Formats: sequence, C-alpha cells, structure tokens
Amino acid sequence: MSHGLKTLWPWLAAVAGVAVFHFLLTDRLDPYYFTILMYAGINATLAVSLNLVCGFTGQFSMGHAGFMSVGGYVSAYITTLIAASHPNWIDDPNIAPTVFACVLMIAGIASAIMGYLVGLPSLRLRGDYLAIVTLGFGEIIRVIVLNVDAIGGARGMPNIPALSGFGWVFGILVLTIFVTWRLIHSRQGREFLAVREDEIAAEAMGVNTTSAKVRAFATGAFFAGVSGALFAHYLRYLNPQTFDFNRSFEVIIMVVLGGLGSLTGSVVAAFFLTILKELLRPLQELTKLDFRMVIYSALLIVLMLTRPNGLFGTKEITSYFKGKFGKGDSA
Amino acid sequence: MIEFVQHLVNGLSLGAIYALIALGYTMVFGILQLINFAHGDVYMLGAFIGMYTSRAFHLADHPSVWALLLILFTAMTGCAIVGFLIERIAYRPLRKSPRINLLITAVGVSLFLEFSGQLVFGADPKFFPQVFSINADFSFGELKINPLQVLVFGISITLMTILQTIIYKTRAGRAMRAASFSHDLASLMGIPTDRVISFTFMLGSALAGAAGVLVGLIYPKIEPLMGSMPGLKAFVAAVLGGIGNVTGAVVGALILGLSESFLVGYGYPTFRDALAFALLILILLFKPTGLFGSKRTEKV
Repeated sequence: MSHGLKTLWPWLAAVAGVAVFHFLLTDRLDPYYFTILMYAGINATLAVSLNLVCGFTGQFSMGHAGFMSVGGYVSAYITTLIAASHPNWIDDPNIAPTVFACVLMIAGIASAIMGYLVGLPSLRLRGDYLAIVTLGFGEIIRVIVLNVDAIGGARGMPNIPALSGFGWVFGILVLTIFVTWRLIHSRQGREFLAVREDEIAAEAMGVNTTSAKVRAFATGAFFAGVSGALFAHYLRYLNPQTFDFNRSFEVIIMVVLGGLGSLTGSVVAAFFLTILKELLRPLQELTKLDFRMVIYSALLIVLMLTRPNGLFGTKEITSYFKGKFGKGDSA
Repeated sequence: MIEFVQHLVNGLSLGAIYALIALGYTMVFGILQLINFAHGDVYMLGAFIGMYTSRAFHLADHPSVWALLLILFTAMTGCAIVGFLIERIAYRPLRKSPRINLLITAVGVSLFLEFSGQLVFGADPKFFPQVFSINADFSFGELKINPLQVLVFGISITLMTILQTIIYKTRAGRAMRAASFSHDLASLMGIPTDRVISFTFMLGSALAGAAGVLVGLIYPKIEPLMGSMPGLKAFVAAVLGGIGNVTGAVVGALILGLSESFLVGYGYPTFRDALAFALLILILLFKPTGLFGSKRTEKV
C-alpha cells in the first residue's frame, strides 16, 4: 500500500498542477502564448505516443499524422452531429465534459482500429516495411478525406464545437505519460523492450513478436487519435492539409531529439520544437523562405551521426535527479 | 481497342521509368538491407542537373540526339557523385548502429534534399527544356504513339541491359553479388566491401539520374518535391518483384506502371497515388517475398 502511494504521488502532483494551471492560465494568458502552449501540449502527447512505437518497441512509423487525422475527423464529425441534434449536451457545462470524454474515447478507439489494420500486415515483417506502409497510409487517409464531402473534403471542416481546453490537453498528456510509463514497466512493456533489443532473441524467449508490435502500435495510434480530437476541438477547424507528411515528420524529430526511449525527453523536445517554430517565424517572413524543414532534416542527420540517442537517450530526467541526490534506485 | 493500346504504351513508358528508379532501390537493399529513402530525390536532382546543363550549353536551341545524350551523361555522372556522397557522409558512419537509426537518417537525407532543393531551385515548377523533339507522331491507322515514349522505353531498356551485363559479367558485378550475400565472407575473400557498396550506390544513383532526364522529356514539369512519390512507388515496385532481385524490380515496375495507366485511363485518376500503397499492403499480406524473391532466413 505504502509502495503504491509512493509511486503514485508524482502523478497526483502532476494532476493537481494541471488543475491549478488550468484555473490560473485559462482566459488570463495572452491568447497567442496560450495557443502555443496548447500546441506544445498536443505535440507532447503525440511525441510520447510515438515514442512508445519508435523508442520502446523499435518500430519506425511515419504516419502518426494520419492517426491524428482519423481521431480528429471522427470526433469532429460526432460532436457536430451532437451539436445539431442535442445542442444542450455541448452548451451545458455539467454534461459537456462527459460527452467530450466519450468522444475522445471513440476517437482513440477508431484510430487504434486503423492502427491494428495498418500494423498487422506490415508488422509481421521487419520494421522497414512499416515505415513505407505508414507513410502510404497517411497519404491514403488524406486522399480519402479530400474525397468525402460529409467532412468538408478539400474545403476543410469548420465550426467544430470548442470543447477542448488547458485542463483537457494537459490532463490527457499526464494520462498518456502515466499509461505509457506503467505499460513499459509491466510484462507487456518488457516484451516491447525485448522486441526492440533483439527480435530473434525475443522470439526465442517465447515473445509473440508480431502481437507485441501490433499492441504497441495500436496503443500509440490510440493516443494519436485522442490528441487529434483535442486538436480539432481546440482549433475548431480541420483541413486535410494539416495532417500531411510534414506533420508526421515533426513528431518523429521530437521523439528522436528527446531520445528514443525517454518519455520526459519527448515532452521537453516537443515543447522546445513547438516554441522554436514560433521563434523562427519572423526569420521566415523576412526571407520568404521556409528554412524550417531544412533545419529539421539537417538536425536529424547530425543527431543520428553524432548523438544517435538524442538528448536524453533512454534515460528519464528524473533519473539524473535521483543520481544527483544519491538515491540511486535502478528504475 | 485503340484506347487500350494507348494506355498500354503509356503504361510501358511510365513503368520503364519506375524500373530505372526501382533498380537503385533493389540493389542498395540487396547489399545493405536499407531502404534508401533519398533515392527518389536523387532522381529529382537528375532532372534538375539535366535542366541546368541544357541551359548552360543552350541545348534547347538545337535539339538533337547528341544534346539528349550529353544531358543524360551529365545527369548520370552528377547523380553518381551525389549517391557516393550520401553513402559516404550519412550511411557509412552508421554501418554498425541499429537499423532504426539508419532508417531515420535515410528519411532525414531525403527531406534535406527535398527542402534544400526548394531553397536552391525555388519551390515553383520549372519547365524542362525540349532538347530532343520529333514532330510527327508514329501513327498506325487511328493509333498515335508519341515517339518520345518509344525513345524513353528504348533508352531504359538499353540502360537495364548494360546494368545486367555489369552485374553478371564483370568482376565488379561479381563483387557486388558476393557482398550482398554476406559482407563478412566477401571481405574475407579480399573484396573491399566499402568500395563495392559505394559503387552500388553510384550505379543506382546514375540510373535514377537517367530516369529524371527521361521523365523530363515526357512530362516537362519538374519541381523539388517531384521525387518523393515516384520514389515510393518505385520502392513498391521493387517489393512487388521481390526486393533485392534485379529482374523482379523491372517486372514489378512494369506491372505498377501498367496498372496505374489503366486506372487513370479508365476513370479513377484521383486514386492513382493510393493504388501503389494498396498493392503494397496486399503483397505484404499474401506474398511478402514478392513475385521473384527468395526467402532469406534470418541469422542470429
């Protein structure tokens, strides 16, 4: 019991922190900074969920934006339907959170099902195929969205109810980190790590490698779908162009920069890169050239050549903290 | 019937271009087990090198076979150098690191080429100069065939025959086949594996460069992002034929080119880009080794 509490208190503190900041910041912070903060939170959720696939299971997915768009469009479609038929479910502050929680859940499940369908054929084979198939999947989703008129097609989907907020985005972020953390320290997670380290050896030890990879992949897709739903209900407008390959690539670079296999690293890198993007904006407007992708791709190559483990490697920030105060417990 | 033959001709010339790109993928995969994502962008560079050569020598003013051969030569040489540099700078230092790192680097190189291409060449489409033109169409009754398509097909087949000779008839080719069987064994036999790998990259990149020029002849609109889609499709073609297998890559590319041309010709142009990926998923489900691929057992 005491052990349970001891491992739980950082999470409870994080939830309390989110609640406090929710009341401190909402409607008080400058809207521009608030938006950046929200994007950073959504990106961090994406990065953490991709890290489960890339960092902890060693599979390379390039279609995270695709899963995000599945979640975003599914949830937006449902809430606009609800807003049309039962407007009070959206407007009533007592009911809306429950409705939104259900919608987030559905968005996640829809994405996870897509993840299962995409992952199953490609994950039976070695990792490289997953990269191409997920890349293709992102494109296919985009083509489909463009051709479906019910969700706006190329015009995009406007007037999505504003349900998402600081508490939601950062609450989900904490939840994602919590679930991923607990997952990788469970029996399931050990299987993921075994697959990453050596697939053949893992198989010899009785791990069903295909199943482990598909489970990790579907879980990653679930949270990508949820963050897509958060994004849709914050921006209130969806466009197929938002979820192109560059979006997937941004998430990949966040994961790689933070360290494949470091959850805190992903969060730090997501915040860093989201803010960097805004800082680079004046330069871009001045020169009329898009340096961002050049910088990102060069950064990726240089990182791989010089520090392939990213900023934090497989370590968490907390482990540095522990080392410093000599509590050294091997987590 | 006439329409059918027309689509057939379109499909064959498109397939021949995919084949030239797919060969580079399949050779590099055969020797390094790496999907060289940057390969499609080398093809893009081939088109741009061709364009700048022709501008520098004002070749479009006097269209001739020699002009075409000259830009083919410069594009192939230029791309061979680019391929060599990519392997030397980005891939060789990672020879011993985990595969996922190599894959991430390959994606990085690809995007770097695409977006620095946008900075250097400009993001707007450029017109590929007409260095070679035949005014009259070949016509057989109602059927009209664009002679450029025949030319493209002919040049591709010639290049593939040369490649086949290099791989199966020369010492360098034998070294390539040995190295793709096993790096360690090959180097024990005195084969300089690193040099062989460089050579493979240069050969594949030269073919991609040729494909870039040929594509410029038929579809004279080139832009820095033009390489990513054909690159991915060529990869699908290589998987379809059995990745690592040279004949398979050509057959797979022709199948893909034909099916795409029929899909577009018979009224579903919007699904053109989705077709390749749907094919890929089907192959991975039912015959992951491809049409001609042999099953490799993984060793510890």
